[in-house]
Amino acid sequence: MLKYLVRRLIFLFISIFLASISLFVLLRLLPGDPANALLSVGATPEQIAAARHSVGTDLPMPTQFGKWLGQLFTLHFGNSLIGGYPVGPEIFSRLSITVPLTLSAFLLAVLIAIPLGFVAAYKARTWYGASLNAVSQLGIAIPVFWVGVLLIFGFALRLMILPAGGFPIDGWSNFGEAVKSLILPVCTISLVMSASLIRYVRSATLDVLGSDYIRTSRALGSSFITAMWRHGLRNAAAPVISILGIELATTFVGAVVVESVFDLPGLGSLLVKAISQRDYPVVQGVLFASTVAVLFIGFLADLTQRILDPRLSKSLTGVSL
Amino acid sequence: MKKGKFGKYAIAGALAFALVAGIPVASAANPSATINIGSLYEPQNLDNTAGGGQGVTEALNGNVYEGLFRLSDSGKVENLLATSTKTSANGLTYTFTLRPNVHFHSGKTLTSADVKYSIEKVIGSNSQSARKSSFGAIKLISTPDAKSVVVTLANKSISFVYNLSYVWIVNSSAKDLTSTEDGTGPYRLDSWKRGSTLSLTRFDGYWGHAAKNQTVVFHYFTDATALNNALLTHAVDVITSEQSPDALAQFKTSAFKINNGASTTKLLLVFNDRVAPFNKPLVRKAITSAIDNKKLLESIWGSYGTLTGSMVPPTDPWYEDLTKVNPYDVSLAKKELARAGYPNGFTFRLDTPNYDPHPAAAVFIKSELAKVGVTVNINIITADQWYNNVYKKLDFVATMQEHVNDRDVVWYGNPNFYWGYNNPPVTKLITQAEEANSASAQAALLKRANRIIVGDAASDWIYLYPQIVVASSGLSGYPINGLNSQFFAYEITKN
Repeated sequence: MLKYLVRRLIFLFISIFLASISLFVLLRLLPGDPANALLSVGATPEQIAAARHSVGTDLPMPTQFGKWLGQLFTLHFGNSLIGGYPVGPEIFSRLSITVPLTLSAFLLAVLIAIPLGFVAAYKARTWYGASLNAVSQLGIAIPVFWVGVLLIFGFALRLMILPAGGFPIDGWSNFGEAVKSLILPVCTISLVMSASLIRYVRSATLDVLGSDYIRTSRALGSSFITAMWRHGLRNAAAPVISILGIELATTFVGAVVVESVFDLPGLGSLLVKAISQRDYPVVQGVLFASTVAVLFIGFLADLTQRILDPRLSKSLTGVSL
Repeated sequence: MKKGKFGKYAIAGALAFALVAGIPVASAANPSATINIGSLYEPQNLDNTAGGGQGVTEALNGNVYEGLFRLSDSGKVENLLATSTKTSANGLTYTFTLRPNVHFHSGKTLTSADVKYSIEKVIGSNSQSARKSSFGAIKLISTPDAKSVVVTLANKSISFVYNLSYVWIVNSSAKDLTSTEDGTGPYRLDSWKRGSTLSLTRFDGYWGHAAKNQTVVFHYFTDATALNNALLTHAVDVITSEQSPDALAQFKTSAFKINNGASTTKLLLVFNDRVAPFNKPLVRKAITSAIDNKKLLESIWGSYGTLTGSMVPPTDPWYEDLTKVNPYDVSLAKKELARAGYPNGFTFRLDTPNYDPHPAAAVFIKSELAKVGVTVNINIITADQWYNNVYKKLDFVATMQEHVNDRDVVWYGNPNFYWGYNNPPVTKLITQAEEANSASAQAALLKRANRIIVGDAASDWIYLYPQIVVASSGLSGYPINGLNSQFFAYEITKN
């Protein structure tokens, strides 16, 4: 296990390093110049040159890359080209909204999906089992922003019991208002996420229910609950956990849509604005932070899978038996 | 118990007295109120000479920073930090006397050195100010004493005082004005949470009348629907500029007030006047006459917005209604095309910015021009591509763009401007207007220039945007015109 852990950590750091190079190169391949965001119609050639100098796009590409790498090693991320503010603290400030939003939505989705997915599998031949299956299909088909719009219409504009968007000026120090402002966004994400999770849980449960080891355990006298607890749960959890890792990572990166609908000043809205302004340090910083988060979530999911499924320990990669 | 009853009687008595005395109880303004303002324009940074953008003007101009002069919401230039102006007989030397006892928010007293520094900051080599070119005539700035500033010009500039209303007077010893401030306005910056809010608090040491509210919070939105929802749920009190005409119906209740103010933002179909076929005025006139601008305006803004027929909005002193010079007339357009040598029309590429309303307007233009045999290939581009390819490289035949400033018809006097309109008599008239001795002479000369520009159909000025401010009905004192994106908050009261 220790050998696997070391090897997996090395892979993690190599992936992060390669991702940082890709981020730098791909952003520079895009057409446009971040200096343009500082200029307006009527700018003179001198103003254009001064803007390019102030944002550093007049420097040779290798010099820009060297600066970026140097900043990465010190976790500084540089300053915004447009706003001049340090990128690192800004990302951490935005994470104080995006992380609670994503984790809360994820937990709620798991709490909804696991029991409903199990029921959908265990009672697959009943009308409510089939209904759960159909509803989850429908949930997958609905875009997340549409769910957000519907919830705003119902709970903010009609019933007026929750805010339509925004986050308190004093942030988490106004805890009650902060929580209230996240209720609808969390529900939006978790409703859509749980729809797809239900299907995965249902599928994994169906596999387990039809397995030889459950049948054997029941034949040896175990009750259904005991058989499921001792043998079914672990086997069903392994594939679901790898999906949960992917779902959590996708939600973290995809929170941008929900943040936009609910006007939340999270990481996603920072990224969207920075992209529109070609604010390279901010875009690179946010994408780097997101990449690290996604890779780390994948790492944790792999470890958890390995702990739950001893068969994977026989393989170094954790992929084949 | 007795105390409670007494309280009730006292309130009832006070209400009865107020009713008898005619005191408007329900409309009593609260001087400690917080005004929540919703906007789509967050500043890039807090320095208007470092690319702060439209948002920094909206939030800080007049509220946190002041100039020697103020451009009022009705478009008048008024003294602000200058109490008097003396102009030399030859019109080349301006002497400004500063208002006494003005303090920056840091506590420092305003001096002429700060004014000199502030003007030099706008015209300096690092300045990104859109107004930099307006001050090309400045030859020398001197400060004979702490309360006087003398500016010598190389040539006469009648717009000089007006242009100074765009120069913020900042503390010459202030550091990092991109994320902090040190102005003299009625508010000081409390906090700026990027992507969320910018808060201003009443400045107790203000030299003039104190702001009528305690706190102003600008709430920034990236989505117009989210902004409208915020007003509907009273999370904000006012929207500085409604950009979603379809949303107006939901505000037509007694709880809200829709204000139709004056705007200076024009939507243009810009021809590259250097290249064929748009180097021929007759072709440009034909294209202008082939497009039903009224229909386009109504389809986008309903009953809001204005047709001007030129670059000049009604708030400019040299405004004239020139909509009849190039009227919507398809048969006239066909005749003009034939006379210009294009009886069967032609094909051109329309570089169209990818944000509203340009794509929809481009589709409309395409269908209108198809009626006169002209084929439009719509090329959707980003704002960045527009700046690189159209504005900087001049690699375009026709494009669409919004021009937001007032008094910007003078750009047609610059043959090197991106649209390439080169008419020496117009350039001469615009130069003469700038060197005129009086405002009336300036206006007369610019009217003449504008008539020629419109006669040449240098561009197609599709329409003038509306400036729609939507507010809760309990709010008053807010600006409705928003000239040049400014939004003075100090008169706003909340009942």
